Amino acid sequence: MNKPWKKYLLWFAQEHIEFRFEEIDSLLSMFQIKMRHFKEPDNTAPYWIVEFESESDLKRLVSRSVSIRSCMELWAHAKDIQSLHCQLQNFPKQLMEPYFQPHLSFKIEVETFCRHFSQKEKINKLESFSYLPVQGPVKLKDPDVCLHYIEYYGTRANDPPENPYDVFFGRWIANGLRQLIRKLSLKTRKFIGNTSMDPQLSLLMANQAQVKDGDIVLDPFVGSGSLLVAAAEFGGFVLGGDIDYLMLHARTRPSRIKQKERAADESIKANMEQYNLQHKYLDVLINDFASSFWRDDVEFDSIITDPPYGIREATERVGTSKENFTVSEKHLPTHIPAKIEYGISSIYNDLLKFAAKHLRLGGRLVCWFPVFREDYSEAVNKS
Amino acid sequence: MKLLTHNMLTSKCMKVVTVGYPLGINASDVRVSEVDFNPDFVAKIIPKVDWNVLYNAAQSIGQLEGLPKDVVENYENDHEFLKKAHHALLEIDIINGELICPETGRKFPINNGIPNLLLNEDEV
Repeated sequence: MNKPWKKYLLWFAQEHIEFRFEEIDSLLSMFQIKMRHFKEPDNTAPYWIVEFESESDLKRLVSRSVSIRSCMELWAHAKDIQSLHCQLQNFPKQLMEPYFQPHLSFKIEVETFCRHFSQKEKINKLESFSYLPVQGPVKLKDPDVCLHYIEYYGTRANDPPENPYDVFFGRWIANGLRQLIRKLSLKTRKFIGNTSMDPQLSLLMANQAQVKDGDIVLDPFVGSGSLLVAAAEFGGFVLGGDIDYLMLHARTRPSRIKQKERAADESIKANMEQYNLQHKYLDVLINDFASSFWRDDVEFDSIITDPPYGIREATERVGTSKENFTVSEKHLPTHIPAKIEYGISSIYNDLLKFAAKHLRLGGRLVCWFPVFREDYSEAVNKS
Repeated sequence: MKLLTHNMLTSKCMKVVTVGYPLGINASDVRVSEVDFNPDFVAKIIPKVDWNVLYNAAQSIGQLEGLPKDVVENYENDHEFLKKAHHALLEIDIINGELICPETGRKFPINNGIPNLLLNEDEV
């Protein structure tokens, strides 16, 4: 017989909300985990109430998610505080007991979303749970069991209601990967460019691309390699290409306002070393995407890229409008090839063709596509 | 540039080139550095590697180090073999030198470990 599905609460960071669904969907399908929404998620709220067949499924999902802050086994959920306590008092004792053994230390975390309470008020809230049949000692740091009480006051921070919209109580299970965002911060990264991708978005892209340990991942418009850092963090072996010689050799003007000159050892490889990911670094090539040097049968597990849009980074490929142009023998050693416009639609066309040829079956291409929000509709994508 | 990457590159996109594979290597500075050994990854990429090309490339830069001439049977479970393949594919790094198109002789410089595969406007 199937085990009964259990109810859990996923608590998200209120940032890049649109990416939440894509990320979770991608991870569920990568791990082949089934998840059901207990309640249709509300796009503006930071939580989902979901069901899983097993706690290990949930743990796997959360262990890779960048948008999830934390998750808990939901013991009670109500629209007001009174009903929550009622529910919790009626929660089957045999489900709580395993966590309330005398040898298990515990703590109760009180969190109020979008409304501030003083420490004293929070302690009062905490003490309202004194009926719980806990037996073990309280331990604030790394307890064996962490219980979570959350009051949700909506998302309008400057105008919160008197009473919470929703209140939750449950057993904390795991945190997501929010700390990785700080670890990979551009502020402390050795080598960055003017358009280095934000670490959070890079990690979300790597998750959408379903990067797994041992995958080969390519960024054909690699720049300063931000996307490779995220892909390598999730176990990908990374390759990059870029037309910009100065960028790959880190000889462009420094991107930090206080930095006069680039350090001699700045490079994508140095970034990998900074994060202890050097064993995931394969190579970067100076290469015009329009003239691919990859062998026809080379297969990548995923392609993650942020092509130039012609606004902050130029859209260029090698070429000339002159007819029958040749570089003379004399100038050959020092010749720098001329570039012509590489229209954005040609870039995406070439990118899709390249992906069709070089992605393994089921492998994903994840890239950005610039649109004007006013003119945008799903139909534009298809053309 | 690692020999795994070399194994994946051709100069076929040049105007007059038909196969462009494998690229020749002139190496003036080769560095061997230890890379964490991941036997699963090595076993996974061996079927995708043109072994002959890898062998000849390692030989041409004097880095054979006992690399077998052919992929052995049942290589997935042959720790010794995977270790040698790992070394050849991932630990040998060409820091300075050039790649050479086998058909036109066009040279592509490698500086500081990064090959420059930019073509001139009359070559594309």
